[in-house]
Amino acid sequence: MPAPAIQMTGIDKRFGAVHANKAVSLTVEKGTVHGLIGENGAGKSTLMSILYGFYAADSGTIAINGKPSLIRNPADAIHSGIGMVHQHFMLVETFTVVENVMLGAEGGVFTAKGAAAVRAKLQALSYAYGMDVNPDAVVSELAVGELQRVEILKALVKGADILILDEPTAVLTPSEVEKLFVLLRRLAGEGKTIIIVTHKLKEIITVTDRVSVMRRGEMVGTVETSNTSPADLAELMVGRRVVLTVEKGPANPQAVVLDVKDLTVRDARGTIRLDHATFQVRAGEIVGIAGVSGNGQSELLETIAGIRKPAGGTVSLNGALLDCGGSDDPTALRAKGLRHVPEDRHRMGLVKPFEAAESAILGCSDEPGFGAGPFLDRDAVLADCVRKMEAFDVRPADPTLRTALFSGGNQQKIVLAREIERDPKLLLIGQPTRGVDIGAIEFIHKRIIGLRDAGKAVLLVSTELDEVLALSDRVLVMCGGKITGERRPEDTNEQDMGLLMAGVSSDAPKVAA
Amino acid sequence: MSEAFQLILLAVDSAIRLSVPLLYACLAGLYSERSGVVDIGLEGKMLIGAFAAGAVASLVPNPWLGLLAAVMASGLFALVHGFASISQRGNQIVSGVAINVLASGLTAILGNAWFGQGGRTPQLPGSARFNEITLPFAEALRPVPVVGEIYYEVISGHSVLVYLALAMVPLTWFLLYRTSWGLRLRAVGENPAAVDTAGLSVTRLRYSAVIMAGILCGFGGAYLSIAQSAGFITDMTAGKGFIALAALIFAKWRPLPALGACFLFGLLDAVALRIQGVSFPGIGQVPVQAIQALPYILTVVLLAGFIGKATPPKAVGVPYLKDRS
Repeated sequence: MPAPAIQMTGIDKRFGAVHANKAVSLTVEKGTVHGLIGENGAGKSTLMSILYGFYAADSGTIAINGKPSLIRNPADAIHSGIGMVHQHFMLVETFTVVENVMLGAEGGVFTAKGAAAVRAKLQALSYAYGMDVNPDAVVSELAVGELQRVEILKALVKGADILILDEPTAVLTPSEVEKLFVLLRRLAGEGKTIIIVTHKLKEIITVTDRVSVMRRGEMVGTVETSNTSPADLAELMVGRRVVLTVEKGPANPQAVVLDVKDLTVRDARGTIRLDHATFQVRAGEIVGIAGVSGNGQSELLETIAGIRKPAGGTVSLNGALLDCGGSDDPTALRAKGLRHVPEDRHRMGLVKPFEAAESAILGCSDEPGFGAGPFLDRDAVLADCVRKMEAFDVRPADPTLRTALFSGGNQQKIVLAREIERDPKLLLIGQPTRGVDIGAIEFIHKRIIGLRDAGKAVLLVSTELDEVLALSDRVLVMCGGKITGERRPEDTNEQDMGLLMAGVSSDAPKVAA
Repeated sequence: MSEAFQLILLAVDSAIRLSVPLLYACLAGLYSERSGVVDIGLEGKMLIGAFAAGAVASLVPNPWLGLLAAVMASGLFALVHGFASISQRGNQIVSGVAINVLASGLTAILGNAWFGQGGRTPQLPGSARFNEITLPFAEALRPVPVVGEIYYEVISGHSVLVYLALAMVPLTWFLLYRTSWGLRLRAVGENPAAVDTAGLSVTRLRYSAVIMAGILCGFGGAYLSIAQSAGFITDMTAGKGFIALAALIFAKWRPLPALGACFLFGLLDAVALRIQGVSFPGIGQVPVQAIQALPYILTVVLLAGFIGKATPPKAVGVPYLKDRS
């Protein structure tokens, strides 16, 4: 048996107080597709960054093809035949594809000869692998899928035998994912070694030969993909049995809480973003909004939350007309029992440099419990945050830690705790589990359903179709700012939803609310 | 030769002389900012360069030694800026302002202490300066209408530093767009992480650009004190470093437009000099101060939006820090 392509032994790495990799060992056989999974913060990105020389390990050794290798920087890694496709693409937007690919491998003082050589190699490789890329296209004009192809070609042109892909499918459409996997299998078939870092279990099962699982900085196991299942992998990742399906009883809808009629929103340029949206949300039900990102969902949420002013139509809460974006700003709406968990917690939900306790009272700092007059009662604020952290299982439960230092899931829990704890009548929630780890997803889903069962109204927006279908009692589909259809999750399927999301009109009758 | 034509030639000739220091500083800023390091200290580096050139040339009557001193002094200041903003990841604006303040104070104090002439360096003899070069056949061609006149008045008769500055424009273009170093330099100003993951040193690239800026500012300073004038005068850069920064934005960080922008500012300066004391029909004599303010007013007007969208290098002003995870 040939030496493994990669053998990392006893890799240890600390960032200050954080022990990111604890004596991690990883063996990857040549010519295989190897999955590396783990929750956010499990240390998988750190491990791969060490393999690529981006960070230096505190201790441990790396052998490439059986040969001990000292990888101190990316140049060493490239020299050892390692290429990496980063989650956030490492491309210069103002450069052409050729310029990006040749950067660092120009082949001499002048660029002319190197550019010609790189162009020839690019064309040969994109022909061989069916990756259609125009070498002279400027990168800023390429679509996300093309950018990824450029990154892969960049690694291949530099002679990579080992290809690391960090969360490669996060930005791709389902058909692009399929194409990528075909390519990866083919590369592996030709003897290249592929490592995929991801948290999507379905994909791991589809494409890999073997899977290594990391949890809290440790390697907890490597299994043959054929002998495992998503549920087993999830258990390894989280350390306990995880429920991957959402369990919920039938809804018991009561009176109408939110009544939206002909709501129309224009953006700053006057373009219609939301076009005569009409729907209701009742107490005790979850209404989900599905759709490809950017089809008016954000505008809908933000208008109801009082952040935007509509161009037309009405919004009523418990029968009373609202003046959204006017006198009913978010503060006024909070007082009326409307709470909003924004889609992008970093842009709207949290202040990353703030302490967790400060982030946990954003918008609520005027409440009497937090102090008198203009002054904040720091002890009360901290105590309140500790209480929220316990209730929502936020880890670490340290209210003085900077918000940015929490994982995505824990940040989301802080936002949720802030908005749910105040007993809302209506909860608007956008992308509840974007960038959130599996363990936390289960927790967040349970909380949302708990809210429904307590007789609250929930309006949910998510671009993850599985999530919308699993959580919602009714699903509205949006396309181009219009509501293109309404379904009950049990009466629909992915294909039907896909058609609605693409705006293809359907003759199926609406389901009565 | 018509008098109007002669006037235009003289104005252009004077504009060239006045735009040279701007051009050196502007190209210096171009290298630095293209690599992602804001350089508001062009002014200070030119000033210390001008002082060093004036001081050394007054001691050793050799303009080339003066130039060398200017380049070294300005280069040293550039290294300080590099250390603060690249190695220490400090605020680049603060570091640049510090360099300007330091240069202004240091030149005045040292000048007074060493030469006792109120901050000036001693008047230089011709042998210690870069003198004007008469190009071949300039005298012979002078009588030829138009072509000969332009050759004699505008093209010939400048110091070697003027020709060098002009040569730096295509050279900079070539370095930036035709060499590996230039490719890397442009990349590191746009996305340093891409450079880092390509196995290149962000630090080394940025230092090379900042040092290049220091050298060019040294040339600009030496031109002021030992080519254009015969000695250093306190604060003789008089805001040229800042006008050069404006020209850099006007030129959208590109070398050939930088030449145009600097020439435009130089021309305005030349016109301002020429119309001082001239009485205009209907207006009378325009106050000197108003005329002197013209280049600065133009700067404000141009930067306020007459140049369209000027997109700076994306990573300019941002210290590079490896993102933890």
